[in-house]
Amino acid sequence: MAEPLITLESLRYAAGERTLIHDVSLRLEAGRRTLVLGPNGAGKSVLMRLMHGLIEPTAGRIVWNGGGARPPQAMVFQRPVMLRRSVLDNVSYALYLAGVPAAERRARAEAVLERVGLSPLAHRPARVLSGGEQQRVALARAWALRPRVLFLDEPTASLDPGASAEVERLIRVIADDGCSIVMVTHHLGQARRLADDIVFVDAGRITEHTPIADFFAAPRSEQAGHYLRGELSWT
Amino acid sequence: MSTITESFITAGTLIAEADGKLLSIVGLSLQVSLTAVFLAACLGLPIGAAVAVGRFPGRKPLTVILNGMMGLPPVVIGLLVYLLLSRAGPLGPLGLLFTPTAMVLAQVVLITPIIAALSRQIVADAWRDYEEQLRSLGASTPRAALTLLVDTRFSLSTAVLAGLGRAVAEVGAVMIVGGNIDGVTRVMTTSIALETSKGDLPLALALGFILISIVLILNALAHALREWAARRHG
Repeated sequence: MAEPLITLESLRYAAGERTLIHDVSLRLEAGRRTLVLGPNGAGKSVLMRLMHGLIEPTAGRIVWNGGGARPPQAMVFQRPVMLRRSVLDNVSYALYLAGVPAAERRARAEAVLERVGLSPLAHRPARVLSGGEQQRVALARAWALRPRVLFLDEPTASLDPGASAEVERLIRVIADDGCSIVMVTHHLGQARRLADDIVFVDAGRITEHTPIADFFAAPRSEQAGHYLRGELSWT
Repeated sequence: MSTITESFITAGTLIAEADGKLLSIVGLSLQVSLTAVFLAACLGLPIGAAVAVGRFPGRKPLTVILNGMMGLPPVVIGLLVYLLLSRAGPLGPLGLLFTPTAMVLAQVVLITPIIAALSRQIVADAWRDYEEQLRSLGASTPRAALTLLVDTRFSLSTAVLAGLGRAVAEVGAVMIVGGNIDGVTRVMTTSIALETSKGDLPLALALGFILISIVLILNALAHALREWAARRHG
C-alpha cells in the first residue's frame, strides 16, 4: 500500500445556513497527481481550501502523512497575485515568509526561476507581465518553497492555449520533482493529460475517486457519467 | 473694481520680490503642516492597515468612527487641544500653548483620522485580492498588513496628500492653539483671515495665491507619481 499523503475524515464545512461540504472522507496517496472534477458550485474549491488550511472545517478532521506533521505545501490560484515588486523579489518574499535564511533566499529564487525559464524576466516588475508569465511566476514561487504537495485551483482557466500548455508542462515537472499534485480543473482534456487519479465532486460530496483510465472508460458514479456525457457532447 | 486690480498687482510684486515677511509666513506654514503630515502618516497608515486587515471585536464601529472623524471641524479640534495645553490643562506644565508645536499637535489630531480612514479603504480593497495568497504563504496578520502598505504605496500617497491639503488649508485649529502671533505662530491661513479683516488685501491675496499654488503643485506631483508608477509597476 502506498504512503498516505492526506486523509480527510468526515469533513464538513458550513457557511452560515448552507452546508457546502457534507461529511467527506478521502485518502490521497503521496506522489500522485489527483485532479478534482465536478460541476460549478459543487464545492471543489472549498474542498481544496479546507485541505490547504485556508478555511477551518466545521466538523471532521484532516490527517497528514498518516498522523505526522503538516508537510510544506503551496497553492496556486486561478488569478495569480503578484506583489508590486520584481519577479525575483516575489519569489524571495515567499521564501522569507517560509523562514528561509536571508543568505539563501536569492540563490534559491534565482535557481527556481532558471528552472522554469523565467531568468530573463527576474528583474522585471511582476505586475506588468502577461497573464501566462504571471502564472508561471506563481508556479515558480510555489515550487521555491519545496512543497510536498501543491494545490492548484483552475490555474489555466484564464490563459490562452499556449500559456496553458506551458503551465501544464511546469506542473508535470514539479510533480516529477516528487511533489504531489491536487488540482481543480474544468478542462477534461487537461485532466486526461495530467491526472493519475480523478476525484469527482458533486453537491458537496465526493461521488468517486478513480484512476484516470477507469474514470474515462466507465465512471462509477451516475453524477460523473452525466458530467462526462454533458461535457463530451460539447467537445 | 480698482481695489481688486491694485491688490492683484501688489500681490504679484510681493511674490516677485520674495518679500521677507511673506516668505517667513509661507515657511512656517509648510514647516508646521509637513511635520504634522509626517507624524499623522506614521500613526494613520498603521491604524488604517490594522483596521483593514485585523480581526478583532469592534472593528466595524471603529471603521464608522474613523470615517466620521474625517469631517471633524478644525475649530473644535483647536478648542480641545487648547484645553489640553492651557495652563490648567493636563499638559499645561509643558508650556506649549501658542507655539508652533501646539499647532503641529492640533493638525496631527485633525488629519490622522483622514489618513487612517482613506488608507483603511485602500488596504481593505487590496486585502480582498491578496488575502488567500498571503495566508497560503503563511503571512501573519501584522506581516500581511505591512506587505499591503508597501504594495499600495502609490495609492496611499493620495491619502497622505489629502491630509496635507487639509492641514495647510485649515484656519480654525492653528488660530486657536497658535494664537496668530506675528513672527511666531502666524501661518498663511491665519494671516489671510487677519489681513482681510484689517483691510490689507494685497498681502492676503498674495498668500491666497501661494496657498492655492502649493495645493495644486502637490496634487500635480502626486498625480504624476501615480501615473509613472502605474506604467512602471502595474
